[in-house]
Amino acid sequence: MSSDTLAVNDTLAHNSEHGGSDWILHHIMDANYLDFEPFGTLHLPQLELFGFDISITRHVFFMWVIALLLILILSNVAKSYRKSLIPKGLTNFFEILIVFVRDEIVKPTIGHGHERFLPYLLTIFFFILFGNFFGLIPFSATVTSNIAVTATLAAFTFFATQMGGIISHGFFGYFKGLIPPGMPVALLPLIIIVEILGLFTKPFALCIRLFANMTAGHVVILSLIGLIFIMQTVYVAPVSVAFALFIYLLEILVALIQAYIFTMLSALFIGMAVHQEH
Amino acid sequence: MDLAWLGAGIGAGIAVIGAAYGIGRLAGSALEAIGRQPEAAGPIRTAMIIAAALIEGVAFFALVICILLAVKA
Repeated sequence: MSSDTLAVNDTLAHNSEHGGSDWILHHIMDANYLDFEPFGTLHLPQLELFGFDISITRHVFFMWVIALLLILILSNVAKSYRKSLIPKGLTNFFEILIVFVRDEIVKPTIGHGHERFLPYLLTIFFFILFGNFFGLIPFSATVTSNIAVTATLAAFTFFATQMGGIISHGFFGYFKGLIPPGMPVALLPLIIIVEILGLFTKPFALCIRLFANMTAGHVVILSLIGLIFIMQTVYVAPVSVAFALFIYLLEILVALIQAYIFTMLSALFIGMAVHQEH
Repeated sequence: MDLAWLGAGIGAGIAVIGAAYGIGRLAGSALEAIGRQPEAAGPIRTAMIIAAALIEGVAFFALVICILLAVKA
């Protein structure tokens, strides 16, 4: 066996020992350290409370960063309205987004009495928007690609929907109103089961949609860049980087669209619960 | 000889076929509607994006299951 064959065998062994796609998962999943690859890593504190692991992981850290940023920016925006109703600068930009959410998403879907749900819907719109955009920054992590985060947001929407419906129609009135009027009695057990299941599948779909959209986008970008390493040649780099750039721009669009869709569907569910007559 | 990887690949492919067919038909109808009535382009575009996101959401259910298969094996 010549030394060339030995070298090739060595490379193949090294590749398969690395694992085909483990590094992709390594870049997407949560971790206990912040990774600034050429410059080193920053280990985050690992805490435990009554047997529950509440250590500060990457996603927790970036959630706090996003929350702090949102609090600073949006309280600034709100305060500037005290000086003058005509927005300038940063307030102007955020007024576009806020008025968009109010006039295009919340008012048409909830209609009468939409002011009560406006704070909640604006909050999740901005949180998801910032969370999605932070994922596109290098060395950062996508908070909304963690299924625990999206499940919590979907749970918030679930509770807001149920509370909105129960406050508007009374506890039994709300559940009675789930059944469409003029239903033949024979179908009643089936309809009850379907409606109760429907109460839970809608937030579940919200959770999975946001999680999968964010994760899939990052997996595609990482796979395209990884092509260079799998093919072990530098000549695939121009094609690879061009495609990755295109997908990156698409990810910016998807970030906006997913925030819009989550808020729109939450508003739709709340509207359907609060105005059951429709 | 890991069948889970094969299953994940085939499943993802079939899910993408379904999603692409659905969104393709949606885009066709939307473009036809815009052609018939160009003034309504704004609302049609909004409805198209919402419907596309919902269809994609369903396709992502299948994708998540495929990822679970590929990773847990």
